[in-house]
Amino acid sequence: MDPALSAVRLTVQEAIHTLSSSEDVGHILSTLGTLKRYLGETENPTLSEKEEFTTTHFSAVLRCLVSRLSPGWLELSPDGQLEQLWESFFLDGPPDQAFLVLMEAIESTAGPSFRLMKMARLLEIFLSKGRMAALMEEQCRPQTKPSFPLFQETLLSKVVGLPDLLGNCLQQDNLTQFFPQNYFPLLGQEVVEALKAVVNFLQGGLDCSVSFVSRVLGKVCIQGRKKEILGVLVPQLTVLTQDSCLWQRVCWRLVEQVPDRAVEAVLTGLVEAAPRPEVLSRLLGNLVVKNKKAQFVMTRKLLFLQYQHTTPMLQSLLGYLAVDSQRRPLLIQVLKELLETWGNSSAVRHAPLEQQCYISKAILVCLAHLGEPELQDIRDELLASMMAGVKCHLDSSLPPVRRLGMIVAEVISSRIHPEGPPLKFQYEDDEMSREMLALATPGPADACSSETGGPSLASVVTETPVEIPEKTVDSDVPSVQPQGSDSELDSDDEFIPYDMSGDKELKSSKEPLYIRDCVEALSTSEDLERWEAALNVLEGLVYRSPEATREVSVELAKVLLHLEEKTCMAEFEQLRQRALVAVTVTDPERVAKYLTTQFYGVNYSLRQRMDILDVLVLAAQALSRPRSLQKLPQHGPPGCGTLCAPALASSQPGNAAAPDWQVVVEERIKSKTRRFSKGCPQRELSGGPNEFNSVAGYFFFPLLQHFDRPVVTFDLLGDDQLVLGRLAHTLASLMYLAVNTTVAVPMGKALLEFVWALRFHVDTYVRRGLLSAVSSVLLSVPTERLLGDLPDELLEARSWLADVAEKDVDEDCRELAVRALLLLERLKDKLLSISSP
Amino acid sequence: MAALFPPPPGPRFVLRGTQSPVNTLHFCPASQALESPLLFSGSQSGLVHIWSLQTRRTVAALNGHRGQGVTWLKTLPQGHQLLSQGRDLRLCLWDLAEGRNTIMDTVQLDSVGFCKSSVLAREQLCWMLAVPGKGSDEVQILEMPSKTSVCTLKPEADAKAGMPMCLGLWQTSSSPRPLLLAGYEDGSVTLWDISERKVCSRIACHEEPVMGLDFDSQKAKGVSGSAGKVLAVWSLDDQQSLQVCKTHELTNPGIAQVTIRPDHKILATAGWDHRIRVFHWRTMKPLAVLAFHSASVHCVAFATDGLLAAGSKDQRISIWSLYPCP
Repeated sequence: MDPALSAVRLTVQEAIHTLSSSEDVGHILSTLGTLKRYLGETENPTLSEKEEFTTTHFSAVLRCLVSRLSPGWLELSPDGQLEQLWESFFLDGPPDQAFLVLMEAIESTAGPSFRLMKMARLLEIFLSKGRMAALMEEQCRPQTKPSFPLFQETLLSKVVGLPDLLGNCLQQDNLTQFFPQNYFPLLGQEVVEALKAVVNFLQGGLDCSVSFVSRVLGKVCIQGRKKEILGVLVPQLTVLTQDSCLWQRVCWRLVEQVPDRAVEAVLTGLVEAAPRPEVLSRLLGNLVVKNKKAQFVMTRKLLFLQYQHTTPMLQSLLGYLAVDSQRRPLLIQVLKELLETWGNSSAVRHAPLEQQCYISKAILVCLAHLGEPELQDIRDELLASMMAGVKCHLDSSLPPVRRLGMIVAEVISSRIHPEGPPLKFQYEDDEMSREMLALATPGPADACSSETGGPSLASVVTETPVEIPEKTVDSDVPSVQPQGSDSELDSDDEFIPYDMSGDKELKSSKEPLYIRDCVEALSTSEDLERWEAALNVLEGLVYRSPEATREVSVELAKVLLHLEEKTCMAEFEQLRQRALVAVTVTDPERVAKYLTTQFYGVNYSLRQRMDILDVLVLAAQALSRPRSLQKLPQHGPPGCGTLCAPALASSQPGNAAAPDWQVVVEERIKSKTRRFSKGCPQRELSGGPNEFNSVAGYFFFPLLQHFDRPVVTFDLLGDDQLVLGRLAHTLASLMYLAVNTTVAVPMGKALLEFVWALRFHVDTYVRRGLLSAVSSVLLSVPTERLLGDLPDELLEARSWLADVAEKDVDEDCRELAVRALLLLERLKDKLLSISSP
Repeated sequence: MAALFPPPPGPRFVLRGTQSPVNTLHFCPASQALESPLLFSGSQSGLVHIWSLQTRRTVAALNGHRGQGVTWLKTLPQGHQLLSQGRDLRLCLWDLAEGRNTIMDTVQLDSVGFCKSSVLAREQLCWMLAVPGKGSDEVQILEMPSKTSVCTLKPEADAKAGMPMCLGLWQTSSSPRPLLLAGYEDGSVTLWDISERKVCSRIACHEEPVMGLDFDSQKAKGVSGSAGKVLAVWSLDDQQSLQVCKTHELTNPGIAQVTIRPDHKILATAGWDHRIRVFHWRTMKPLAVLAFHSASVHCVAFATDGLLAAGSKDQRISIWSLYPCP
């Protein structure tokens, strides 16, 4: 053994002995001073002696120092010299050992005590002096000695687990610096500092390894702290990598070295944090091509298995794939797979709406990135999957899914046949469709501007506030101009025009005056004006002459049901529906019988069958309402409240419908009048007998009879599930409207059986209908009868509901199930409160 | 954009009870003779109803036209004398002072047409009356109350103007010469100089018979409506010649009457399409389309305080309060 090294050992042993036993300040100080020399820059102890001390004996010295720590010991030197010296050992010595000893000491110290707090404060200083960066830098340095994997592992877990450990030890007394939300940003900053040192080494020609930092990063991300650490790291790396290839290489290396199991967490975090595809590309390099795991995460997991990510994130992910020519084949591959999923009918039926939306967006972003020649190469495949996808999307009973199909198909077809006539669907513009279409337009201008602007940190910060005033100016322009041109000299402002949209051309008066004339005009008339006039006045006529209507009610219903739109009447559908409802209300028994048998008839279109259902519900609603309300022109369902006041007024001259101003006046009176007697204003209205009572059966039971017996043109359990969904909703509404009627109990029983038969239906819309049916049974059937007559059904329903509430893919279904469960719960409470007193 | 505009208002109140289509309306402001503002309405059954705008009830019904429709009503400036023209070929002058409802005088008319007369007050007790004359295309000017015929205005034979359909007597504040604006069956509007008995100017501004006109002497501009779809605005220059300034296309044809509000800010039209239309007078910007009546609107009238009344074939009189006078 080298004599110099054994001398060091002797000195250290002696010092430890002195420190652990001596109470003499001077002695202690001088001993510490001796040891301190090994850490200093001076020449006196040789380099090898220093190294021997730091590698072999330093931890032992630190442990001894920790063990001596007590208030009395520190106060041996009243001027604080001892304390300073004591601290300096931890702050100046090799950071890894100091850190480990500190953590070890904190962990082993029990309870709130002076020593624990002292250690914690020291750790705080340790962190604030940037020693953590030094620690990581140390680990990145070319290792001269064989490294101990176990040692690095321990260090790693302590570095990452610091907030947890400290939180556990200090409990209430934890210092803010150790809270995860403060610690991890700091760690991010320290990582940047460590990487800066690494870059310096590399520039100096030294070999370095960033694997320890990668592991730290990976571990932090796995622990779910990626936002905190990457929120600090990514912006700085964005700036640093901008002009330096060396920095880029360090970054790539950093990500490559992340252990496999942390790749997903790190990549997700990076994609989330990177503001633009170019930045992501600088940070990751061609990682997806090199690393299988990364490729899996980027091209499958983030796109197909998860769908909670934001649209900007999708854009930067797919943009990253598009930026480099080596990655472009991957983008094409991704597009193909996305389209395959998009066109998969089972996926369309079973996947939640949010996921379908996510995939559609991803497709649109892909298309925006791909160029003309690339698309032409895979044109046939695109076309095939598009056709399949459109078909199963349009088959769906959910309007948003249908709309997704339309939007995506429009965009695909416009990209693969740019010169041909565009495919155009009719769908209502809403926020989602606008957002999707905006995604589909390739935005080179946008990308350029952000790139040339120089993504320095400062410009990233200022970018947003600069854009906002521009936008407001833009939006102001159109509103300013008309004002300028309109106001000539004096104030026209006092003359604000009223809405004049009701100013339509007046039809010549060919209105039939009798029901029979109407029937004749509608069924045979070649005179289109008379036909329109007849349709316009029919509802009013029916309500004014119920007797005459009853004579021809079924015939009239038949005519109306088969009525086709001969001219372009603005409100044909509503007029026809309102007339049908009026007839049904006037003669419920016969017309309802007729309509319900026709529902299962052979020669009807789906549209007509659904019309039948709508009419039945609206008529039931009108019937179950008190008479006085029926005089108001509000026979419409809550959904189609587009009743046109002028049209109605012209259709019923004489007993003019209450115009808006009367309603306003009544509202105002109501709001100003204080009534002491009533709590809930709606109670007062329901005074009359429920006219639905006597006829509810005619509306309800025939609809239930044949649903499982398909005919040639109509198969409820097969392809026509849209109608089945409507049927379920209709039955639910009828059940709800039958509240307080005597048939409610058999109706409820039949309805629960119906629900039971269909409870595992694959279509979301049908399931929603069934769930609302259960709710309406619970609402309409009296509590004691429910328990007396339907206990088994209730139990079964309850377990099914619980299952749906937990597992259904559709959000609405889950919500409906929870509501039904709450109703059940309330029922239980009610029963308990009845039985207990 | 439609959502930006408020929905059209409803009427302030509605007067019912004429039990017959309302042909003509006239507001009478509160004056020394009458404590409260009144509204006169003439109905097709020959009655003139006097409505109190405070109680919203009829004060009296005047029966002086032997069951024939009343086509025109006007109070004289004194306030207690009312002129009513009926289809029984009579023009009655009523004395309404102190609760009397008696006919003071009548003028026999010779025309069976629908042309409304016009009156121009010249002095306290002297006024000029323009009525359709004996010949089908003539207009007769009478000096009242003496009933002396001043002249008969007859267009030249080759003009083929047809019957006069509406009349408007006026005079400028600078000169005492009375002028007459007459709308004819052929769609032309003619300006007559009464003292010289000659046509000053004539414009053909409509394809269909002119049904109503009103003139704003401050701006020297007038407006006329016809059985067709067009509302025409014309102006009068210093050489007493008429020029069409602007036309406005309506949704539905047929204007029964056009009235400019006394403060010259807005005007209203009575439409055969059951609607009352309100325009900004200077710019002719459409301001409102009031759809309340269920049959043709026959007449519109403004009170000096800005209240608008419309009478319709559906036997109702609707009272509106739009764009209040400052």
